Amino acid sequence: MAGDVLVVAEHLGGKLADVTFELLGRGRELADGLGGELAAALVGGGEGLAAELGAADLVVTVDGEGLGEFNPESHARALEAVVESVGPRAVLVGYTAMGMDLASTLAVRTGRAHAAFCVGVELEGGRLRAVSQLYGGKMNVTTDLGDGPCVLSFLAGSAPAEAGRKEGAPRVEPLAPPPAPGRVRFKRLIEPEAGDVDITTQEVLVAVGRGIGGKDDIEVAEELAEALGGAVAASRPLIDAGWLPKTRQVGKSGLKVKPKLYLALGISGAPEHVEGMKSSATIVAINTDKHAPIFGFAHYGMVADLFDVCEELTEIVQDRKG
Amino acid sequence: MKLIVLMKRVPDLVEDLEVDGSGRALDAETLKLTTNEFDEHALEEALLLKEATGGELTVVALDGEEVDKMLFTAMAKGADRALKITGAGAVGSNLALARLFVRALEGRELDLVLTGVQAADDRDGQLGPLVAALLDLPCVEVVTGVSPGEGSVTLHKEYSGGVVAEFEVDLPAVLGIQAARQAPRYAPVSKVRQVQESATLETIESGEGGAAAEGGFEIVQMTPPETGEGAQMLEGVDELVAVLESKGVL
Ligand SMILES: Cc1cc2nc3c(=O)[nH]c(=O)nc-3n(C[C@H](O)[C@H](O)[C@H](O)COP(=O)(O)OP(=O)(O)OC[C@H]3O[C@@H](n4cnc5c(N)ncnc54)[C@H](O)[C@@H]3O)c2cc1C
Ligand SMILES: Nc1ncnc2c1ncn2[C@@H]1O[C@H](COP(=O)(O)O)[C@@H](O)[C@H]1O
Repeated sequence: MAGDVLVVAEHLGGKLADVTFELLGRGRELADGLGGELAAALVGGGEGLAAELGAADLVVTVDGEGLGEFNPESHARALEAVVESVGPRAVLVGYTAMGMDLASTLAVRTGRAHAAFCVGVELEGGRLRAVSQLYGGKMNVTTDLGDGPCVLSFLAGSAPAEAGRKEGAPRVEPLAPPPAPGRVRFKRLIEPEAGDVDITTQEVLVAVGRGIGGKDDIEVAEELAEALGGAVAASRPLIDAGWLPKTRQVGKSGLKVKPKLYLALGISGAPEHVEGMKSSATIVAINTDKHAPIFGFAHYGMVADLFDVCEELTEIVQDRKG
Repeated sequence: MKLIVLMKRVPDLVEDLEVDGSGRALDAETLKLTTNEFDEHALEEALLLKEATGGELTVVALDGEEVDKMLFTAMAKGADRALKITGAGAVGSNLALARLFVRALEGRELDLVLTGVQAADDRDGQLGPLVAALLDLPCVEVVTGVSPGEGSVTLHKEYSGGVVAEFEVDLPAVLGIQAARQAPRYAPVSKVRQVQESATLETIESGEGGAAAEGGFEIVQMTPPETGEGAQMLEGVDELVAVLESKGVL
């Protein structure tokens, strides 16, 4: 129907992702504004997961061979069939590793406008305006999507998940899986190896970003972390450069952490990083750029060179602890 | 293996970004550009594939500021050819852009098109899946390593928490590279200069109508995000120590 909103449910290992509930919360608000229903598309999740989508009025399920595990090709085709069948005004997708395979593909194959990196959506006289966070979190850009059908892909963590965790008894309608070309074949899931430290259980994390400059300089952060009784974590570029193991990565494709103290040194605060650390009890950011987006998420900030701060702070802490 | 890498210049996010007088775009005057870091990874992964399979690697870009240098640098690193699409101006949408690239690639043999996983400067999603849809090719995004097979590749796609999914993908295909198997290599300035003197860039005219803003929607506003309360700014390490004490960390 014209004012319906369709949420793409994301799941891995039999568990729905938080972003699904974030989208359901948002979707409900949007559907109310548009005077339509809230539907959810569940591909390959089985009956069990459908029952968890109580916030929706309708759950369209697609199951079948090759759909049990996420597959960029067959899941996109299945979702396309759901979109064609529901005909919603807006399709909400998480801008996640899986969503990145789906959103653009769905948009182009169903002839819809697409706004990515979304952190908000407004309804104004029947027109949708999407707010996207671009430039690594440095700018919010509002796009007028008009009054036509669209796909909105939202950054994870842009809305509370609680809003979409509701008991309910939505209608469940199975849809036959459309033929998929079979050019992409799922082989296996590879779980990460355990690292030397588990950064998700540390009370204090000294997190280093590209501002650290080089591999050898990480030592200053190690010293500070040791003095504070914590561990070193990092942003993605340091892991990609091979300077630290993957188990130290915080963010979208890394780990989610909630320490008592997250001390961010030379980290700009890109949305993909912030996703992993914004629930920390106290966030302190040290950055030479006073406009760094991290200052928008930190509780305390200091415009300073991380090396100066590290050196001075390590000395003070070491002195205190004798 | 015939490899194509799409590369793009994007605003350097380490620099200050300023909105221009229209309130809807970045100020071009003060803007500093750099090569999209994920495109550097796409190029690196392509170079590794080329070395493993003895293939041919072509880098493709839209003409623009310092694009020649980006392309010559890619050649200095080992790309065989560079193709520059000229005359497109500012392209209004990724779909219009995808059509431009598809037209530029027409008639060329290709096994893999590699793009960066994303560029943080446009709001209408990624180009790779659009190119793939137009060419009816399979596409996988967020890829962190590709190994060549017979008529297919096996690749790793990264989910959150370090979980990785392995897929086998038939060629030809489009891949969005998050990270190459190794850090992108470095091309010495002397080598780039040498290539600049000896190599030539192929150019292709975008042609009429290529840049129409198909599927492009108007930006109505661009502003730095509201930071809510924002951080309480500290003046020195003494103040930081006081915060750590108050939070029971010290
Ligand atoms: C699909 C996807 C998944 C991703 N997943 C993750 C993820 O899980 N985790 C993650 O972190 N990123 C992830 N990213 C990457 C993310 O987009 C950013 O590129 C990354 O977070 C930037 O890291 P950074 O802040 O360390 O580097 P930059 O953005 O380069 O920032 C460096 C900062 O250091 C400051 N600085 C420089 N020198 C100093 C100094 N001497 N003292 C103090 N400050 C200094 C600079 O002002 C700058 O703000 C992902 C991207 C994609 C597309
Ligand atoms: N104008 C462009 N020129 C060349 N490549 C591009 C362009 N726009 C996007 N790409 C490619 O598509 C990837 C994803 O970019 P985007 O679609 O902007 O998120 C980039 O990393 C590039 O590889």
